[in-house]
Amino acid sequence: MFETLSDRLTAVFQRIGNKGRLTEQDVDEAMREVRRALLEADVNYKVVRDFVSAVRERAVGEEVLKALTPAQQVIAIVRDELIKILGEERVPLQLAQVPPTIVMVVGLQGSGKTTHVAKIANLLKKEGRRPLMVAADVYRPAAIDQLQTLGGQIDVPVYSEGTKANPIDIAKNAVKLAKDRGYTVVLIDTAGRLQIDEPMMQEVERIAEAVKPHEILLVADAMTGQEAVNVAQEFHRRLALTGLILTKMDGDARGGAALSIRSVVGVPIKYIGTGERIDAVEPFYPDRLASRILGMGDVLTLIERAQAEITEEESRALEEKVLAGQFNFEDFLNQLQQIKRMGPLTQLLEMIPGIGQALRQQQVQISDDEFKHIEAMIFSMTPEERRNPDILKPSRRKRIAAGSGTSVAQVNQLVNQFKQMQKMMAQFGELAGGAGGRRGLRGLMRSRQALAGLGDADLEALMQQGAFPPGMGNPALGGPTPRKATNSPKKGKSKKKKSKGRRR
Amino acid sequence: MVFSRLFRRRAEPEPKIEAGLKKTRRGIFKDIANLFERSEITEDLFEDLEALLIQADLGVETTLELLDNLRDRIDRERIKQPADAREALRTEMIALLENATRNRKIKIYQRGVPFVILVVGVNGTGKTTTIAKLAKYHQDQGRNVMLVAGDTFRAAAIDQLKVWGERLKVPVIAHDPGADPGAVVFDGMQAAYNRNADILLVDTAGRLHTKYNLMEELKKIRKVMQRHVAEAPQEVLLVIDATTGQNGLVQAKKFAEAVEITDIAIAKLDGTARGGIAFAIARELGTPISYVGTGEQVTALAEFNPVTYVDALFFGEEEEL
Repeated sequence: MFETLSDRLTAVFQRIGNKGRLTEQDVDEAMREVRRALLEADVNYKVVRDFVSAVRERAVGEEVLKALTPAQQVIAIVRDELIKILGEERVPLQLAQVPPTIVMVVGLQGSGKTTHVAKIANLLKKEGRRPLMVAADVYRPAAIDQLQTLGGQIDVPVYSEGTKANPIDIAKNAVKLAKDRGYTVVLIDTAGRLQIDEPMMQEVERIAEAVKPHEILLVADAMTGQEAVNVAQEFHRRLALTGLILTKMDGDARGGAALSIRSVVGVPIKYIGTGERIDAVEPFYPDRLASRILGMGDVLTLIERAQAEITEEESRALEEKVLAGQFNFEDFLNQLQQIKRMGPLTQLLEMIPGIGQALRQQQVQISDDEFKHIEAMIFSMTPEERRNPDILKPSRRKRIAAGSGTSVAQVNQLVNQFKQMQKMMAQFGELAGGAGGRRGLRGLMRSRQALAGLGDADLEALMQQGAFPPGMGNPALGGPTPRKATNSPKKGKSKKKKSKGRRR
Repeated sequence: MVFSRLFRRRAEPEPKIEAGLKKTRRGIFKDIANLFERSEITEDLFEDLEALLIQADLGVETTLELLDNLRDRIDRERIKQPADAREALRTEMIALLENATRNRKIKIYQRGVPFVILVVGVNGTGKTTTIAKLAKYHQDQGRNVMLVAGDTFRAAAIDQLKVWGERLKVPVIAHDPGADPGAVVFDGMQAAYNRNADILLVDTAGRLHTKYNLMEELKKIRKVMQRHVAEAPQEVLLVIDATTGQNGLVQAKKFAEAVEITDIAIAKLDGTARGGIAFAIARELGTPISYVGTGEQVTALAEFNPVTYVDALFFGEEEEL
């Protein structure tokens, strides 16, 4: 639906021709596209206007660096300025010196307050703190039950006085209880309210007055449109917010609302909600959101997830095998299971620059169910077959198909693709060996710096060679057809290659 | 709350959504009125209009098209006065929204066959509240209503529906949390037959349209329904939050692909949201928009009507606050 900004800018500069210095005309044309991209990402109109004029000022007259095309240069500037607004560094939750830290969570209806109270409580608990959640939403049917259910799942207590009590008293009593019982963080879940609903806004003000929270976090839906600014401004005026939680970022909304809120209200974004699971919350990284608003993918989050799920030893063992050309179905199965732990495949692919875009355009549907078929086929192999796929003669394949509820054709496809992958991996092994280092896969997975500097085109090349966990690198296995996953992103990606490396 | 155009055999007065939208207009009417308070139609006017429409979430494309149409009309009708241009804009906006009412299907209730309404949408748009409102409406029409708690995923979603069921005195068919939604729907269909329900309202878990598996689950729910009633679900209602930005368009598209949306409800119009996404949907998709939700009360639901929508959101009178 949306073209990427880099594609559009490239087209603009192709039209005006490539020059050594960004002229006013170049910049004006480019800014029209930047403006449109930001508006389509739901960045507030006024914020866009100010932003574009700031970028324009900076870009005019700037020399186009040798390594970059004008389009890349403009993107680099835009991205840089976006990051500036979003806040250069991430700001953690400020904990009080004398516990308990009191955190109040506010927002419109349906933005995800209750879910995120539980997610943050869960994070704090993992850090070794003693959180207490407070059910101060007495209006929405079953809001208290919801918090209690979530509390049960993460084993964090919930303070509630039912729906008849007054939210201000509930909050006060909860804080008192926390002090008595030694809870170190009190998380208050308030009812959803419209920023123009006077009685409800007064209520939330009075809760804040009564308990003097250290943090007041506004929960904002990433899909919110132009109104995000007004909502945040009003909450900020009333409550002096200390931070933002941006939710539903696992969808395909660009999240421009965050940029608007950040630039108008000025409070830092503290967390990003990325799904319905209780652990689907991530710290906020400005550079990633900037890329996303511009439609540039999010490789760093992907790498981080891979790091979290794949242990050092696992990846070392895998590397050895790959380098020695001994990668077999057992390793493959392991890899599949690791990828599954990282999250739904669609979500992972979305993070790779250009791919999410391509998938949407071509309407490729990727199902994690594909994994199930592949798994079933491998499960139907004998240990010997898994270790040595060469012995898979037709009669064996027939048995595997019957055992896994698939067809012989599917088994053939799997085996053939697996062999191709093996071949590529062997080449990769030679490559890595030839380069004199044993950095290979493991180095790749570990070094974020290296990746930040790595151009997208390099990444693509690596993926094709199978350096990424198999199945992702070779989309035919459990993914979309290779044509769709590899051809279309190329266009935008190779051009962007250097702008990423230049950034810092 | 009346849906005169939506349901046959009803001759009732036109619905009034202005009442429910009271809070919505703060500021914008004046902005629009001010725009046209100039001596002549200049390029500035169009630029200001563009800003205003984009800020109302119509999106860049829809805004530009609307303004092109406005220019054409101004030329064609030789409009010179800004006040007439204002009227022309109103006409164009209404015309655009009519794309979203043109394809409405008349809903036909058959005796002895439950009329099944499947309610879908992304998380937090107001599905459950909309269900309560629809239940109330149909109940007031003397129909026998039953609810199905198809959201077995979100914590306490079942309880939330049950609370509504108790308040409205409507039976709720539910399983335990974590159960297969298809199984709950199966039981709901059977119960609807056994207890002679006229209307069966099926709640579903909020799901982002990007989640393939969850979208497939909706298809499955649909199949389960069709095992009992071939034409079920007779209504597939997508609930969109009025504050949604351009992502709303993608939502409508993706849900329509997965489950053949028959109706859209724009919920939470009681905020300051301008509900501009309705225009973008009307322009790009033409999926019928049927309802607007205007508050938390169980009666705060109205039929979507292009004229009232445009007037209530853009061309009304500023009220003393």
